[in-house]
Amino acid sequence: MSDFAPIVAPARQPQRASIGQPLKRREGVAKVTGSAVYAADNHPAGMLYAVMAVSTIANGRVSGLDVAAAKAHPGVVEVMTPANRPPLAKNPDDRDNPFMFRLDVLQNDRVRYANQPIAVVVAETFEAATEGAALLAPTYDAEPPQLHMNADEAAFVPESVGPGAPTQAAVGDVEAGLASASQRLDATYETPDQYHNPMEPHAIVAAWDGDRLVIDSPSQAMTIARGRLAGLFGIAADDIFIRSPFLGGGFGCKGAMMSPQVLGALAARLVNRPVKLVPTRAQMYGPLGHRGATRQTLRLGLDDTGRLTALSHHARTTSSVFDEFFEPAANISHTLYASPAISTSHDAVRVHTGTPMFMRGPGEASGSVALESAIDEAAHACGMDPLAFRLANYAEQEPISGKPFSSKRLYDCYAQAAERFGWAKRVLAPRSMRDENGLCVGWGLGTATFPVVMFEAEARAIIRADGTGVVETGAQDMGQGAWTALAQIAADSLALELDRTVFNAGASDLPDAGVAGGSGHTATVGNAIDAAGRDAIARLIDMAVDDADSPLHGVPAEQVVARWGRLQAGDDAARSESYADVLRRAGMAEVEGHGRGRADADVAERYAMHAHGAVFAEVKVDPDLGQIRVTRLVGAFAAGRVINPRMVESQFFGAMIWGLGFALHEKAETDPRSGRIMNADLAEYRVPVNADVAGIEALVIEEHDPHVNVLGIKGVGEIGVTGTAGAIANAVWHATGRRVRRFPIGVADMLDDDAATG
Amino acid sequence: MAFSIQMTLNGDKRRVDLDDPRVTLLDLLRERLDLTGTKKGCDRGQCGACTVLVDGRRINACLTLAASLEGATVETIEGVADGTELHPVQQAFIDHDGFQCGYCTPGQIMSAIGLLREARVHGDPERVREQMSGNLCRCGAYAGIVEAVLDAERQLAGNTERGAA
Amino acid sequence: MKPFDYLRPDSIDAAVAAAQAPDAVFLAGGTNLLDLMKGDVMRPARIVDITHLPALNGIERDADGGAWIGALVRNADLAFDDTFAHDFPAVAEALLSGASPQLRNAATVGGNLMQRTRCAYFQNTASACNRRAPGSGCDALDGLNANHAVLGWNSACIATHPSDFCVALAALDATVEIAGPEGRRSVALTDFHRLPGDDPADETVLARGELIVGVRLPAEAAALAWHSRYLKVRERTSYAFALVSAAVGLAIDSQGTITDARIALGGVAAKPWRARAAEAGLIGTRGGVEAYAAAGRAAFAEARPSGDNAYKIRLGQNIVARALARAAAGTPRELPALPGSPFATEAGELAHV
Repeated sequence: MSDFAPIVAPARQPQRASIGQPLKRREGVAKVTGSAVYAADNHPAGMLYAVMAVSTIANGRVSGLDVAAAKAHPGVVEVMTPANRPPLAKNPDDRDNPFMFRLDVLQNDRVRYANQPIAVVVAETFEAATEGAALLAPTYDAEPPQLHMNADEAAFVPESVGPGAPTQAAVGDVEAGLASASQRLDATYETPDQYHNPMEPHAIVAAWDGDRLVIDSPSQAMTIARGRLAGLFGIAADDIFIRSPFLGGGFGCKGAMMSPQVLGALAARLVNRPVKLVPTRAQMYGPLGHRGATRQTLRLGLDDTGRLTALSHHARTTSSVFDEFFEPAANISHTLYASPAISTSHDAVRVHTGTPMFMRGPGEASGSVALESAIDEAAHACGMDPLAFRLANYAEQEPISGKPFSSKRLYDCYAQAAERFGWAKRVLAPRSMRDENGLCVGWGLGTATFPVVMFEAEARAIIRADGTGVVETGAQDMGQGAWTALAQIAADSLALELDRTVFNAGASDLPDAGVAGGSGHTATVGNAIDAAGRDAIARLIDMAVDDADSPLHGVPAEQVVARWGRLQAGDDAARSESYADVLRRAGMAEVEGHGRGRADADVAERYAMHAHGAVFAEVKVDPDLGQIRVTRLVGAFAAGRVINPRMVESQFFGAMIWGLGFALHEKAETDPRSGRIMNADLAEYRVPVNADVAGIEALVIEEHDPHVNVLGIKGVGEIGVTGTAGAIANAVWHATGRRVRRFPIGVADMLDDDAATG
Repeated sequence: MAFSIQMTLNGDKRRVDLDDPRVTLLDLLRERLDLTGTKKGCDRGQCGACTVLVDGRRINACLTLAASLEGATVETIEGVADGTELHPVQQAFIDHDGFQCGYCTPGQIMSAIGLLREARVHGDPERVREQMSGNLCRCGAYAGIVEAVLDAERQLAGNTERGAA
Repeated sequence: MKPFDYLRPDSIDAAVAAAQAPDAVFLAGGTNLLDLMKGDVMRPARIVDITHLPALNGIERDADGGAWIGALVRNADLAFDDTFAHDFPAVAEALLSGASPQLRNAATVGGNLMQRTRCAYFQNTASACNRRAPGSGCDALDGLNANHAVLGWNSACIATHPSDFCVALAALDATVEIAGPEGRRSVALTDFHRLPGDDPADETVLARGELIVGVRLPAEAAALAWHSRYLKVRERTSYAFALVSAAVGLAIDSQGTITDARIALGGVAAKPWRARAAEAGLIGTRGGVEAYAAAGRAAFAEARPSGDNAYKIRLGQNIVARALARAAAGTPRELPALPGSPFATEAGELAHV
């Protein structure tokens, strides 16, 4: 059992299925009162503070650290450097799988990116540790960093992109399709380095008890994290206990156990006291992952009717000089638009940055903004309305594979969002709409898509003698609503009301819930819970029908149904009894069921499985001053079964705002000589603020998918990023006639004559 | 350099001993007074996660030197609810799903309370958006936050009217 | 943060005396100082906390309509002082377009004048910066400089002053009142900040230990209240520093002739930039689109890019023209929901009619 209080719904729900209800967040009271405990809120007795010193060069070696000065600072207890860092059982530069990343945990004096950890100062207070780190005043043997993705001579084709996807794919003859086209489009789009920037940094509070390690740290994948730490420290996974009841945002950067977290555990080992280490916001720009920059070239061939004859999508990406992650940006072109010939390919350049990794919509987000921009440019070239053009190229089966879709209600997404938005009133020509204040108005569209991803998860469901239920799994809530949505599934799985079901999650001693990522957590864990609950019910039914004293005695088990705490013989309400009665007669305290959730490889072989959506954007651009504002966003999404519409809407909103940030704001600015990120903060690395989101709507399109999994869940966490960024870029073009192909789009782009290519 | 300051914290007058003048109000609350509801997001006044009320006004606790708060009144998220009775702003955040991960939420709520005390919203969502822009929400719960603030404004106005009647 | 002595003097004289020590700084709102200390950009040895000096905290009006603002008045308190905002609307609009509500509640008048540049190379201690580390060079010259100066810069420094408030003060002929070991003195706000010169680190006219005690706005400034605006272009709708901004004020007689014109620019130079030639060109005219565009051109006649920022010149010209047009249309009775923004809707009643 985890040792934090179980969350119980505040009010009794009416007797009905929980799935599908727009319930409020069950952890809401904890979050609005400040009593929800995040990692850095922990303070075990005797705890010390650890602060990292990080490199200010991007390539070279640390030649000196003034450890004596740091140690002389009052309150400093220890300085951890490569010279005294406790040994590890595994080389942190080894990796075994695509979800494992190489670490910088003081294994040597090498610097391979700016903001790399180079020492850790441990002190009695945060203030002393911080100043101790400053006093280290490192010196370096610096070498020139490689920083530029345009270094064609250094480009290479990686073995795979994303988590193990092929680098290239093709169907049909693209060159022939281009040759036969009546019109061709050849355009290159650039997207920058972006940083996850969850509001909560990757804090760790680590405490050793002999060879047993207890940590509080936000994790999207506790089992993987535990395995990683076990390997590094040479201890059993069972001797590591991770608490992660609430993540202050994840977005992909809290999946793997990252260098600062491992350094926190190392520091605790070194000083033999509990240690808290929280990276500063600036330190989030380096050792904690990012979305790698891309340069994507799209070549489209079009026939006289506006249909694609060929679609070629090539993506150049960057990765670090020491690890393997390559943004699979071109792969979005596999699924979205029908074309007799499609080819996608990737190459990469290594630069002196921290390793890029999964960031909300990895591949899809960057690929979508390029593809949707190109599609819009193609529609314009054909003189077609952008929606009509997309409908003309609607894919009835997955273009790259020819597989049928398990379900696809994209047409309805287009139709309902267009209706809601008022798209029919759009003037076709750009630069032709103005508001009452003389601002240029533009309307743009983007198609959204995201694959159905499932990891593997386990759950345990218990029916207790008092007729209540307990469902347990180590699920991770990073804000997507796992505490609520999974509890809804848990209650239904046991045919209990929600307030009679205790749901436990967020700790590593619970059944493995896999990864909160890939928009697959609800689908994966939800199906595990559903299976566990049904297993528990089945065991209870077996007990009842075998029990001569039960009113259900002798009823075939398959005819017994569970309803709100009672077992019943089919529709015969007279033949029923409560769960509690069954257990009481049997003298049992509880009955326990187990379940697993994972993808069905056979189904994946037969069907293409994706969520779909359409996003319409209105922007206003000041024609003289160039400032841009998104005044309306309307999205419609079909993503399979919806467990909690309130939470799903919030997921769509959040991801659409990420799309807004992608289009107009987010970019890490790297100094072209030193490789230092010059806006490693939240002032100049711009994430959208409240005033940037003037109007936002998300329509949920009901979609029944009998194939994806038992519960019919596809996933909603990331799809909203896709489509949105392109829709905004297309709206900017429609407002101004300026087609900006380098993201984010900013004021200067609106004032520069060269950008007006409309 | 040890010294102490007198402050009123969530309604309680107390003397706070400080052994180091470098301590900010944020670190004082979180690391020395066990009031961890107030969150550290950037520590540089760029995100608003550490918003608390000092003398009734919302400020960034991360950029406030604790030593300078002699005689100040400080309100944090822990002091907002009346026992188990949530403040209308807290309830409105739950009702309108004005948060996801919850990490920025204490700051958002303190900021919203400060905003409503400033009494310049007048039911205008655009004014809420602008006046809540000092609180970043990376999950993107802005729409719910705006609705929550407007709802709370209406409720508080109703309470005032009832109280006057 | 380097350890420091913390002093809380109980008088202006005691504060000035305490700040004679080397590496002493005054603490007011702390929003910029604490930020810079956390970044090790500033490492003072002594902090002189002036926040408990009541003499510095007040807004006083002169019989003739001028105003004196104590150095400790918080940005929000000044902007939300209805009488003050009525008479000096561009100041209120500039204040409310800056930073965030939390920062405006803490940041003070004096501190706003003293805030340091946002240049990333100044903020980053590993970079060469003549302003932070005299003689070290300027990494911005060949670095990321799309947001840097187009007026008054030299090869020693191309940083800009980040204030919105100071831009409005510069337009309105504000003066800065200073207390020092030698007594009190006043300096025009437009002379308070220095252009880079040979030593960009010498940012203001303040000598060691001198303390800003207040800012005075002359009566003539209030006469511009009918036609007075602040306009600021930024990459986010809110909570962002200006790329370029302008504060303008016009006096227009009953015949529609402009009798006084004020134009000051933000985000373009190491100080708030007063565009006097552009003002002179407007006086005696009846204004209008062409006249405002000409004023914009005149304001940037001597501008030149310091890097990848040529766009700022056109942007600045257009901001001046738009701000003048807005001001000529009349100051709104209530500040717009988005103060200083191009997206501030122009609907609503006018004040001062």
